[in-house]
Amino acid sequence: MSARFVAASESELRPVSPLRLALARFVANRTALASAGVILAFLLLALAAPWVAPHDPAEADLFRRLQPPVWSAGGEWAFALGCDGLGRDILSRLIWGARISLFIALMVIGLAAVIGTLSGLAAGYFRGWVDTLVSRLVDTLLGFPYLVFAIGLMAMMGPGLHNIVLALVYKEWVFTCRVARGETLAAREQDYVEAARALGCGPGHIMLREILPNVLSPVLVVATFRMAYVIILEASLSFLGLGVQPPTPSWGAMVADGRDFLVDAWWVSTIPGLAILALVLAINLASQGLRDAFDPRLHPS
Amino acid sequence: MTMAEPLLAVRGLRTVFPTRRGLLAACDGVDLQLAAGEALGVVGESGSGKSVTFLSVLGLIRPPGRIDAGEILFEGRNLIRLPAAALRTLRGRAMALAMQDSLSALNPALTIGTQIVETILAHGLARSRAAARDRAVELLHCVGIPSPDRRLNDYPHQFSGGMRQRAMIAIALAAEPKLLVADEPTTALDVTIRAQVLDLIDRLRRERGLAVALITHDLGVVAERCDRVMVMYAGQVVEEGPTAEVIARPRHPYTRGLLASLPSLEDPDRPIDAIPGQVPDLTHVDAGCRFRNRCPLAVELCMQPVELRALGANRLSRCIRAEAVA
Amino acid sequence: MLLGVSAIVFLMITLTPGDPVEIMLADQRATPEQVAALRRDLGLDRPLVERFLVFLGNALRGDFGISFFHRRPVWDVIAERLPATIELTLFSLLVAVLVAIPLGVIAAVKRDTWLDRALSAASLFGVSLPGFWFGILLILLFAVELRLLPVGGRIGFGFDVLRITGFLLVDTLLAGDIAALRNVLTHLMLPAITLGLPTAALLARVIRSSMAEVLASDYVLFAEAKGLPRRRVLLLHALKNALIPTVTVTAIETGQLLGGNMIVETVFGWPGLGRLVVESIFARNYPLVQAAVLLYAVTYVMLNFAADLLYTALNPKVRL
Repeated sequence: MSARFVAASESELRPVSPLRLALARFVANRTALASAGVILAFLLLALAAPWVAPHDPAEADLFRRLQPPVWSAGGEWAFALGCDGLGRDILSRLIWGARISLFIALMVIGLAAVIGTLSGLAAGYFRGWVDTLVSRLVDTLLGFPYLVFAIGLMAMMGPGLHNIVLALVYKEWVFTCRVARGETLAAREQDYVEAARALGCGPGHIMLREILPNVLSPVLVVATFRMAYVIILEASLSFLGLGVQPPTPSWGAMVADGRDFLVDAWWVSTIPGLAILALVLAINLASQGLRDAFDPRLHPS
Repeated sequence: MTMAEPLLAVRGLRTVFPTRRGLLAACDGVDLQLAAGEALGVVGESGSGKSVTFLSVLGLIRPPGRIDAGEILFEGRNLIRLPAAALRTLRGRAMALAMQDSLSALNPALTIGTQIVETILAHGLARSRAAARDRAVELLHCVGIPSPDRRLNDYPHQFSGGMRQRAMIAIALAAEPKLLVADEPTTALDVTIRAQVLDLIDRLRRERGLAVALITHDLGVVAERCDRVMVMYAGQVVEEGPTAEVIARPRHPYTRGLLASLPSLEDPDRPIDAIPGQVPDLTHVDAGCRFRNRCPLAVELCMQPVELRALGANRLSRCIRAEAVA
Repeated sequence: MLLGVSAIVFLMITLTPGDPVEIMLADQRATPEQVAALRRDLGLDRPLVERFLVFLGNALRGDFGISFFHRRPVWDVIAERLPATIELTLFSLLVAVLVAIPLGVIAAVKRDTWLDRALSAASLFGVSLPGFWFGILLILLFAVELRLLPVGGRIGFGFDVLRITGFLLVDTLLAGDIAALRNVLTHLMLPAITLGLPTAALLARVIRSSMAEVLASDYVLFAEAKGLPRRRVLLLHALKNALIPTVTVTAIETGQLLGGNMIVETVFGWPGLGRLVVESIFARNYPLVQAAVLLYAVTYVMLNFAADLLYTALNPKVRL
């Protein structure tokens, strides 16, 4: 028997926490691991933006207007990805844009996950009128195409960082809530919940101590998966001019800015779009890996 | 066997499925023969390879599963060598399949009529859709479904369980095959309907010379309906012979165990002896007897390869101590 | 459901932070009297419930007020732009379905082969594409570089098609003007691909998984055992059942296309409702935005309803 086989049988004997097992499976999945690496790189860039960005993202220099990237004639390393219509360094704006994009996405997903999980727990545990109320609200919110909802809200509230987060959270929690509610409904019939109830534990204790741990991993999977969508949404809003306002750099707005120079300067629109695609693709791949790691039976591969 | 030219002869059939733990040989070195008009009972617990053997015969092993070795001679032609298209024209026309659960075997989105007519048309057995429909009515009538012309427009879920099972057999037999593989055709039915369905199969066998392979884990059904029985265990044939003789004097400890685990009609109070132990992991088997870990008669020599050997006329057993089995 | 949706639209507009009157008058130096007057004109000084009932009553009669910007009834302005949007949406849906069904089926049939993996990678890529950027890339490639297709708009200059239905595909056909029809089609191509391909990616994933499930079913095995031609097994026995669960997803995705319209119409200068809404937002033309959002929501609810009907029609088990 190979050493690997022995290790596997040992791990079968010793109880291993499902979380650690999932983590091990995730790490074994090379695509997922690489995607996680890409996400981490974006996160680090975003955090370190003030130090790593070569230039001030808002600094305009009309002499450098539409300067091409370094690999084209007329490009230079100091402005590696070229400059936009106002002569601002695209690389620096990209790095600062990552900050905005990730900040909004993390805020939205974080808030939505908390609201969604708590409301889903309550709806699934108490059922009755609480469930009716939550489910009705969820159904109504699902009655809107997401982008229409977000655009409508942004139109009313006016653009701005906080308003984007609010506008997206208003609907985003619904997705977590549905998952959390379903998992809670399933968990509340389990023996360990019955046992806790028989021991006289209060609903708060049962929900947070007994049920919540079981709800967390599906919520985590949904949250990462949704995060990819939220990033595209935020970029779409910025593209329409309903996102963060200039001079704050944001990827969507950068793509929009470049539309005027498609013929002369293709890079102005293309490069920030590539950044969005790379980040969203990495998140999607990672969330797929996460899903497989938590539930290997469903998706053997 | 005494037959000169069997309808179906399988030799050394090995069908494998790749799994995470390695290749799993679901049937491994299976030999069998079946003559026209004969009923062969195929017995074994789930996972013994009885269904896989006959799905291999029908060429219905789904990838990544595949036939690894052996030959399947149907009327003298080796089906394994046959191109997919030629094999397809044989399916339904020469050999047919009846399944355990008609509710899942029949397409929920198509009417019973469509499902019979398409089989008739696929094999060119009717000149027109109308003619095929007439034949379909006849077939349903033949399996005892009342007012068949009306019921052709019904969907499977609108049939009762027994009716649906008979309709499925009618569909399987629509192109007048010579061999019917009946995979647990009555397990899901209650006793009276079970008898009706088995009677139907019996009648078709007598009237048309249909060869039937009746796959089941119910030895009682085999005792009633089959001339010959073949017992499978862990992918291998372990015993074969005339049903009455095998039941009266089993020549393999596994068969004996199976018989002992049957509830007895004469003496319902007799305790049922389940065979202790578990079927070996089919991805990791050695050449020795596969039943030895559960066998009360096992000896050191059982680690050696065991052949299926003849024990007098018509009897075969894969046990070195066959004579000791009582 | 519809009541709930209208309530949300209404609440969204009334309860969100930021006073619309102040946003509307932000550019002008308005006196407090002017603000109060506008407030009264818009009925914003009435109690909340009364305003909601008035809004609802008017909406039911198709009266959404006057578009400030166009100085015409909101509904007239919307009705004028609607055909362009419907045409684009349906065409995109067609693109999505035509791409998704074959790819989904192929991936399911060739499960776990390199082809399946390539298709699933491609669909993940498609799902991750930001629509507005994809549109720009297409313009760059097909319009700017290759000069094969127009940059935007619905129809080229020099074509004069009598407006009958407002659907240019239909109107050009009615006029018998084949050159114009072809021109309209070239204009539709890029926006429809921009909108349709990401949807196709998503639908293909759904079709693949539902097809894979169906292919493993007993009735497909039984159909094969009957010796049916493979094409009939796959396209009738398997696909008919596999499409049933796909219908609902398609309806939801069509609803998402409505939102995607706003982006794509902006990118391609498509004179439809989506662009009208975006323009209206910047023109602070609130009655129009409000009416359009409600219209989108109602359409979405209707789509889901239609999907339920279609689901029933396809699935004999539900039918009585």
